[in-house]
Amino acid sequence: MPFQPIKFYQTGTFTVGNRLLKPEDRSVQSHRDRSNAINSGHRACQGCGEALGARYALDAAMEATNSQLIAANATGCLEVFTTPYPETSWQLPWMHSLFGNAAAVATGIAAALKVKGRNEVRVVAQGGDGGTTDIGFGCLSGMFERNDDVLYICYDNEAYMNTGVQRSSATPPAARTATTLPVGQNPGNVFGQGKFVPAIAMAHEIPYVATATVADLHDLEAKVKRAMEFRGARYIHLFVPCPLGWGTASHDTIRIARLAHETGLFPIFEAEHGLQVSALPIRRQLPVEEYLKPQKRFAHLFGAKPKWDVIARIQERADRNIRKYGLVQQETA
Amino acid sequence: MHKQIEGSRAVAEAIAMCRPEVVCAYPITPQTHIVEALGEMVKGGKLTRCEFINVESEFAAMSVSIGASATGARAYTATASQGLLFMSEAVYNASGLGLPIVMTVANRAIGAPINIWNDYSDAMSQRDSGWMQLFAETNQEALDLHIQAFRLAEELSLPVMVCMDGFILTHAYEQVDMPTQHQVDAYLPPYEPRQVLDPREPVSIGAMVGPEAFMEVRYLAHARHMRALELIPQLAAEFKRGFGRDTGGLAHTYRTEDAETVVVSMGSVLGTIKDTVDEMRDDGRRIGVLGITSFRPFPLDLVRAALHKARRVVVVEKSLAVGIGGILSTDVRMALSGLHPHIYTVVAGLGGRAIARNSLHILFRKAEQDVLEALTFLDLDWNVVDKQLARERSVRRSGPAAENMLRDVGTIASKIA
Repeated sequence: MPFQPIKFYQTGTFTVGNRLLKPEDRSVQSHRDRSNAINSGHRACQGCGEALGARYALDAAMEATNSQLIAANATGCLEVFTTPYPETSWQLPWMHSLFGNAAAVATGIAAALKVKGRNEVRVVAQGGDGGTTDIGFGCLSGMFERNDDVLYICYDNEAYMNTGVQRSSATPPAARTATTLPVGQNPGNVFGQGKFVPAIAMAHEIPYVATATVADLHDLEAKVKRAMEFRGARYIHLFVPCPLGWGTASHDTIRIARLAHETGLFPIFEAEHGLQVSALPIRRQLPVEEYLKPQKRFAHLFGAKPKWDVIARIQERADRNIRKYGLVQQETA
Repeated sequence: MHKQIEGSRAVAEAIAMCRPEVVCAYPITPQTHIVEALGEMVKGGKLTRCEFINVESEFAAMSVSIGASATGARAYTATASQGLLFMSEAVYNASGLGLPIVMTVANRAIGAPINIWNDYSDAMSQRDSGWMQLFAETNQEALDLHIQAFRLAEELSLPVMVCMDGFILTHAYEQVDMPTQHQVDAYLPPYEPRQVLDPREPVSIGAMVGPEAFMEVRYLAHARHMRALELIPQLAAEFKRGFGRDTGGLAHTYRTEDAETVVVSMGSVLGTIKDTVDEMRDDGRRIGVLGITSFRPFPLDLVRAALHKARRVVVVEKSLAVGIGGILSTDVRMALSGLHPHIYTVVAGLGGRAIARNSLHILFRKAEQDVLEALTFLDLDWNVVDKQLARERSVRRSGPAAENMLRDVGTIASKIA
């Protein structure tokens, strides 16, 4: 298709479609020869952010590597909904071993490829937040520390969804999960716990760390392609709403992800060798209520008597992210 | 070529001749010397086309091996004791996926109480993992078994654990006949995987399998073990032709002709048992030995054939199934089902307790007189046990048991005999 210049009224919106972009800037998904690394027919829920994110991330990685890619997968939703055999969705060589070892399995794959001189074949490891920030964290840190030639993608839906929505160390404060129910004096998940693995990845000073959401798939694709330009350990932390676990409408997945960014609750940035090199700016910071309200997991904060003190603490987290990662730099400059 | 060499070093050199492509190392006594030696060979350029990876845990050691093996590389690691337990989930996974990884287990006790010395608690904990488990009697056999293990593993697409006694073998310097690279190359062809992760022919490995096929997949593992019962002797025979040594195989009898009493055991203690049996034979006692090399698969028919004429069977084992007694002896009983010899279980050498020839003499004589208990703990210090039991009866807060018992034993905490 010929390139159509972008008109002014469209540039400040998110409605710029593929057909308005230069061919080289269009999504991998618009390419006739996209790899369909995760083929249709899998059993993800309607509106699954992880399925969407994995599809875009892997097809971008496939394009970047000329389809010379092998995937290691942790146990979790992504593994389960793609592989009730013989209905595997994977169109690339794919392996699932255990819940907590995807990074180590990927290290083994990379080592085998190296020793066999197959330097053109690259390795991606992937897992949910439970498999990444909790049970697989030791293997992940080991892979980072050795700087093994692996891109690890964490699909963060902020709880153990495959087992029925239990808290993980990526679950945000106040969120309802099956193990942090909205009961008692302090309903939902506690404040002051949990970890932000992208920052820990940066502390390993690995070549490349990035965060992204499924609200900006061009940004995700660009980051995956950028990641594939490096050798060594790379980490992408992808924010993927889960309609089932969060109690959101299936058609709101993209909107919720966008709100996570626009409120500052999920900072989107890149880092190289431990130093932040970019941030996706927030055009117009929104109050956190806008993000929290559509989600049933935060419903206990609202209702007849909203818990403004809790909401204020969540707002503080958002504001802190904005300061820490320079998310509204353009406006303050 | 004969060499006076430490057991670990001999094994490392044998592994190197097997041309491993990925070696994972995580330190745990007493296997450390093996991976240290391999690391030195890779770093020094003596072992080429090999990735030596210092992993962050045993769980990672096995997981990296899984990824490497699934990508078509010959993968090796070594562990012991707590390390084997820590990697246990991945141990089962490797066999479930049918990946022919070879791993040395330098057998060591499991804590608590923490103990670094030899027994078979570690390997026994994984006996149902689907791995084949071969037990070496000597350093020569440990070395040879590793070469056979790669062949066995790769022919059957199943992982093999080569078990060698921690310290007793790993740290003992003795003479071994080192094979040549040419001999090993002639015996062990390059690894040709049944399944491989390769963009040229994408496959999914490790898919979810439901009730519709799970039993069949598990049965296949058992069928491969049954096939191994045929293959292990064939590989040992071929090994003998290439290397001139009779090592490996399923099990070996020693002076069992006309024996009324047969002692069954595994590993390095077979040497002491054979010495004891020789002396008893000199006294005209009709006693022999059956040494088990392949514990998994367990050679039921061979054991039955070796024992069916015996009037009594004494199983000396360095492991304890708490709450029932023996582990090896349970399998021996299975082999002898329908036959009715006296079967004695002797738990011996736990946590490195020396198994002395004198103790064995007394033990075997009692067995011959059929005055042995069905379950015997060799050289157990009943004073120490009774004292602690009395303490626990008399006072509720009796304190930590192991520390109490150490205090009762006295200053010779390292007393082993």
